[in-house]
Amino acid sequence: MVTYQVQDVSPDMSFLEMLDLLNEDLTLKNEEPIAFDHDCREGICGMCGVVINGAAHGRSSSPVPTTTCQLHMRSFSDGATIDVEPWRAGAFPVIKDLVVDRTAFDRIIQAGGFISANTGAAPDAHAAPVSKIMADRAFDAATCIGCGACVAACPNGSAMLFTSAKITHLAMLPQGQPERFSRVKSMVAQHDAEGFGGCTNIGECSAVCPKEIPLDVISQLNRDLVASLFKRDGK
Amino acid sequence: MSTANPTDFFVVGDEIHDTKAPAGPIEQKWSTRKFEAKLVNPANRRKLSVIIVGTGLAGGAAAASLGEAGYNVLNFCYQDSPRRAHSIAAQGGINAAKNYRNDNDSVHRLFYDTVKGGDYRARETNVHRLAEVSANIIDQCVAQGVPFAREYGGLLDNRSFGGVQVQRTFYARGQTGQQLLIGAYQALERQVAAGTVAMYNRHEMLEVIVADGRARGIVTRNMVTGAIESWFADAVVLATGGYGNVFFLSTNAMGCNVTANWRAHRKGAYFGNPCYTQIHPTCIPVHGESQSKLTLMSESLRNDGRIWVPKRAEDCDKDPRQISEEDRDYYLERIYPAFGNLVPRDIASRQAKNMCDEGRGVGPKVGDARRGVYLDFSEAINRLGRDAVASRYGNLFDMYAQITGENPYETPMRIYPAVHYTMGGLWVDYDLMSSITGLYVTGQANFSDHGANRLGASALMQGLADGYFVLPNTINDYLAGAPFDKIDETHPAAVEAMRVVQERIDRLLAVDGDRTVDSFHKELGHIMWEYCGMERTEQGSHPRHRCHPQAARGVLEPRQGQRHERGLQSDPGAGRTSRRLHGAW
Repeated sequence: MVTYQVQDVSPDMSFLEMLDLLNEDLTLKNEEPIAFDHDCREGICGMCGVVINGAAHGRSSSPVPTTTCQLHMRSFSDGATIDVEPWRAGAFPVIKDLVVDRTAFDRIIQAGGFISANTGAAPDAHAAPVSKIMADRAFDAATCIGCGACVAACPNGSAMLFTSAKITHLAMLPQGQPERFSRVKSMVAQHDAEGFGGCTNIGECSAVCPKEIPLDVISQLNRDLVASLFKRDGK
Repeated sequence: MSTANPTDFFVVGDEIHDTKAPAGPIEQKWSTRKFEAKLVNPANRRKLSVIIVGTGLAGGAAAASLGEAGYNVLNFCYQDSPRRAHSIAAQGGINAAKNYRNDNDSVHRLFYDTVKGGDYRARETNVHRLAEVSANIIDQCVAQGVPFAREYGGLLDNRSFGGVQVQRTFYARGQTGQQLLIGAYQALERQVAAGTVAMYNRHEMLEVIVADGRARGIVTRNMVTGAIESWFADAVVLATGGYGNVFFLSTNAMGCNVTANWRAHRKGAYFGNPCYTQIHPTCIPVHGESQSKLTLMSESLRNDGRIWVPKRAEDCDKDPRQISEEDRDYYLERIYPAFGNLVPRDIASRQAKNMCDEGRGVGPKVGDARRGVYLDFSEAINRLGRDAVASRYGNLFDMYAQITGENPYETPMRIYPAVHYTMGGLWVDYDLMSSITGLYVTGQANFSDHGANRLGASALMQGLADGYFVLPNTINDYLAGAPFDKIDETHPAAVEAMRVVQERIDRLLAVDGDRTVDSFHKELGHIMWEYCGMERTEQGSHPRHRCHPQAARGVLEPRQGQRHERGLQSDPGAGRTSRRLHGAW
């Protein structure tokens, strides 16, 4: 644990701009800057994410949930000491400082988080209508940005919200049906193989999710997983 | 410096022509080209390899499609996952000539609108092909499970977008880019699982390896270990985005820093139209010196918001609600009464700059000026009611409130233009091959489809068109000539590329300067924005201004001052000559 003092922080700065300021200062002092992940800085790419004062992505003064890049310094009081930690989960090994390895998420998607539709083989987009209710539910689940806050917040280090958001997204659509039950089996198996913990319905994941993925996507996964046991698809 | 001749800074090269587009009417060029292109039989594809740099819509879609086709693909990105590419940040939508609205839309109309919107500077053969494949993109994305907005009947919804009179834009709330990118990412991960694509994350490309006249590989730096490595293939594809970050502040991702395109250019790939930068009028203004990037808000805000600045400079620091109606200058409504606040993007941007240059900008002082104008919804709230305004713009108001800490329902928003998209890029022929044999360039990284101005909802269309449908049908013409001579890290071209990269890094690390890298980026970006940004004059474009003395003496990377300026003017395809080149096509 290292404590740094940061001067000239304006309330309009984002949290990451405060870290930029600190890193500029450390560089000028010939000290090693702090490594942290970030890219789009508009809350959509999912690359940034640290635990701030015990909360994944921190607690914003605005009621809208945020990613770390959309947290502004006006959410803190002047002179406050802020605790910053990397995501902590067995399946997210720390690479350096605040940077963790989240490639386990990519491997869960590789296990079946897709619809097998080769380029050029698609029927007309209107060939399979989707009711608005189902399309909207698919969309709500599909807004996941894969940041990993759900895992960091979960006392079990479970990635169930991430996994079931993809399961729900694809299970709501007619295009997702042929692989629906093999998908849920293989994605859950990969989730466990990566070392993520089991879900005990605590709900911290959904509470910190910057995209407000609802907790009931996990119920959808559980329903599909149980149903899949009676199907011959997948293993 | 003041007596420098412009030609000291660039050389005029030979004229270049696209030799790949077949003769005949424009409507038949793409099908003719697909038929005439040489093929690679499926059994031979697995003996061939392709390097793709970038995993956005253009790179990710190409990697997935070429993997499906059976090639060995090596795909690189600098982020921790291919799903982070900045295509994800696009909000609005994607155009397609589906004519689902029965409103006279057609391939020809999409082609016509795009060419006209681009001020007739786009390459028409490429744009026609883009319009032709646009409908396939929507089919493909729906098949992948992209949750586009739908109507109650279950069919896809459309909206209309700037510059056109038909409804051809498909969208997924305000996150269309995210949903399309996740679709491409999932297709890509499927190929990673199938073993056809090898994914290398946290790698940045630092050099192209050109051996015996062909692009045969790249040099990367592993961003975790720092290892410099070389990679080889039969062809190389750059899908590495635009160069908006040369202006320092832009709406681009922080890591999208044009290194790959720049290295390819230095290796001999021509750069076309680098002066064509799209400046978006409704971005959230700069709050201070420490700002790292800008955020765009949808242009639709101008439908109901009224733009104004105080008439008198001494009112600029007042609470806007205390400024009476007669002391406000609704300058767009005054200067352009027919269009009002809905003037085209470039005019809205330029006038905002003019107002601030006159000293009538609002908001905090950054440097010596206030850079912002008001976008006021009080009239719309009085007319429509707060709920109606919230239902139209609620998510944008929330975003604004989160970033600025101000409530736009009560005080006027402040906006200022920002660099958003770059139409220019590496020159490509009809097959998307650059002027280096075997080096392909797709998506925003190339220069061909948007002319001098890109229409809304066309960037996503071009990225996916190039990645899914164009490149997989043209690169085979080149790969049919493969396998080329064996190459590995002992080839002189590879040794030389590795040496050059290492030397460049060593030189920078040995400088032992007293300024940070970011401070140079900021200063040079400021020069670009002031002199090559929204407005350019002959005097401002003079090398004396651009080659700022302090920047030229830079201690960390002395050549950087020169670097931007060469990017601007040294290339035969540069904007200044675009009219002549256009005639040559």
